[in-house]
Amino acid sequence: MKLSQGIRMAWKSILANKLRTVLSMLGILIGVATVIALVAMGQGSANEVSSQLKGLGTNMLSVNITGRGSDTTLSLPQAETLGDGVSGIEGLSPTVSGSVTARYGSKQTESAVTVEGVTPDYEDVQNFHPQSGRFIAPVDLTAYNKVALLGVDTSEELFGAGVSPVGETILLNGVKYKVVGLLEPKGTSLTGSNDEKIIIPITTAQRMFQSAGVRTVSLKVAAVDQMSAVAAQLETKLTGIFRGNTNAYRVTNQEDLKETVTSVSKTMSTMMAGVACISLVVGGIGIMNIMLVSVTERTREIGIRKSLGAKRRDVLFQFLVEAAAISSLGGLLGIACAYGACLIMTAYFATATQIELQVVLYAFLFSAAVGVVFGLFPANKAASLRPVDALRHD
Amino acid sequence: MKRGKRKAGDAALEERTGDGIRAEAALHERHEEALLSIRDVRKSYRMAGEEVQILNGVDLHIPRGDFVAIIGPSGSGKSTLMNMIGCLDTPTSGSYRLDGIEVKGLSDNRLAEVRNRKIGFIFQSFHLLPRLSAFENVELPLVYRGLAAKERKAAAETALAKVGLQDRMHHRPNQLSGGQMQRVAIARALAGEPPILLADEPTGALDTKTGADVLGLMEQLNSQGHTIVLITHDLDVAARAKRTVFMKDGLLSEERGDGREAFARNSHGLEEHTG
Repeated sequence: MKLSQGIRMAWKSILANKLRTVLSMLGILIGVATVIALVAMGQGSANEVSSQLKGLGTNMLSVNITGRGSDTTLSLPQAETLGDGVSGIEGLSPTVSGSVTARYGSKQTESAVTVEGVTPDYEDVQNFHPQSGRFIAPVDLTAYNKVALLGVDTSEELFGAGVSPVGETILLNGVKYKVVGLLEPKGTSLTGSNDEKIIIPITTAQRMFQSAGVRTVSLKVAAVDQMSAVAAQLETKLTGIFRGNTNAYRVTNQEDLKETVTSVSKTMSTMMAGVACISLVVGGIGIMNIMLVSVTERTREIGIRKSLGAKRRDVLFQFLVEAAAISSLGGLLGIACAYGACLIMTAYFATATQIELQVVLYAFLFSAAVGVVFGLFPANKAASLRPVDALRHD
Repeated sequence: MKRGKRKAGDAALEERTGDGIRAEAALHERHEEALLSIRDVRKSYRMAGEEVQILNGVDLHIPRGDFVAIIGPSGSGKSTLMNMIGCLDTPTSGSYRLDGIEVKGLSDNRLAEVRNRKIGFIFQSFHLLPRLSAFENVELPLVYRGLAAKERKAAAETALAKVGLQDRMHHRPNQLSGGQMQRVAIARALAGEPPILLADEPTGALDTKTGADVLGLMEQLNSQGHTIVLITHDLDVAARAKRTVFMKDGLLSEERGDGREAFARNSHGLEEHTG
């Protein structure tokens, strides 16, 4: 008996028992759909992360001062000269950050807003420009000016959508600041929303947070292949400053960060797919169940086929093809469901998804294999029936 | 036909002469030549730990072209004998040769092959597959024989034409009457052109008229040269056969109750043989 005939026979018996077939393939369907959708979500979020990191700039290094106490922080002049003598640095921007409650008239931000104290270089290093008004100027630093730039979300929260905050006065922790600029929208990145922040001069910020040190220095490296070299030179220099205390600082390479985050999200999605695989196995057991019922129900048919000359392997083949057909049909429908679910997630829940063809293929093959494996026992039972007994059965 | 008579003659000869050696030789020859030859077949089953003997040494020889009815009450072992003849079951002891093949001791696979090539089954309750059309039912044995679609189509169409159902080919069993279903079953039995047709109460599920039609069809097939073995408990049905054997308590005996005709045939055969 040939495969095409086996498939035709299987198709006939599937059509004869539509509801039962659908119910028995449900487990496989859900399993396949879950595996594909979860992996697609994992891949989607990994893609999103890496594009966010790209938005931050792949040629960025950041130095974080993690130590405590006065001799384990960098002073502003130290921070500004950190790049001196290191070749390949295009820009350097020390940052002080903290959070405040911002207020405009009777409106207050719902939660604390991040305030970053920056130098004028921040604009170019972070590639973050004001859409209206001006950026922090050198004179703001020396004069400890109380001026601020608002992120678009923060501005919207305080002033309402479409209203320019430039020229208004806001209160940060009760102190008056003049809004001199509105930042361009930049979206969300790993470090949180870029649009929900307030930028003020670094000197003003140090005063506000009553800390003399600088905790973070961002550096823009001229070319990506110079990253490691620059990082190494910076580490040497920092070791000197902190007198060999290598725990006091950390140099983070954006590229490393990207790899870490990507691998974390990959691991997560693999784990979830593994859990979803269990439902495939459960689906397989469901198919085995139905096939066993089917064999009992069709004992006479098996007897008839055997009396007409069907061999053991013909009957085995027939039932195996049927089980595999049910499970792979479930697999196909599962794939369709996964595509549907991903479309819905992307459209209505703004969850990035990316379905990989390879995963779809594997899921399909796995579902077909589940049918074969779990069909083996019922099919063997059918094939081993003695024709005399099978014919007498009713 | 002619050979059939000669075989019947042999039996008579054997009885009359009582010559042991000649009888032995004749028996041997018969065993070799008959299309179907059962010798001292016994079958026992183990039921609830007890050995139950169903067939107690059955002898049956059926030459080509014969039309034999096996008749007997229920429990006489005729179903078991039918299963044996149909290669659905194998004897515990004894010998069964079918068209030159010793069936006893064959593997399940070989038995399936023998069923496929040598036997056309006609069952009491038709045993058609309900989801397949008449045509698909008829071609099924050919599918298992591994024939190509084209050959299957030709053979199935010929078989359906033989039973007069060429215009009902694509109907499903539930769209056919009982008589039509049995004719489809007969077409299925014919499709593979097996040397023997084995009918188990073929009229049992039919009303008298359609039953008679089916029997008529079987007579017609027999006259075309098909060898037919008919199992029944109905004397009227058995009377349509050329020869009747009686089964009782696991033993077989040639039916001679109203055997004028049979006897006449036998004597005729004897004359022919000796003359």
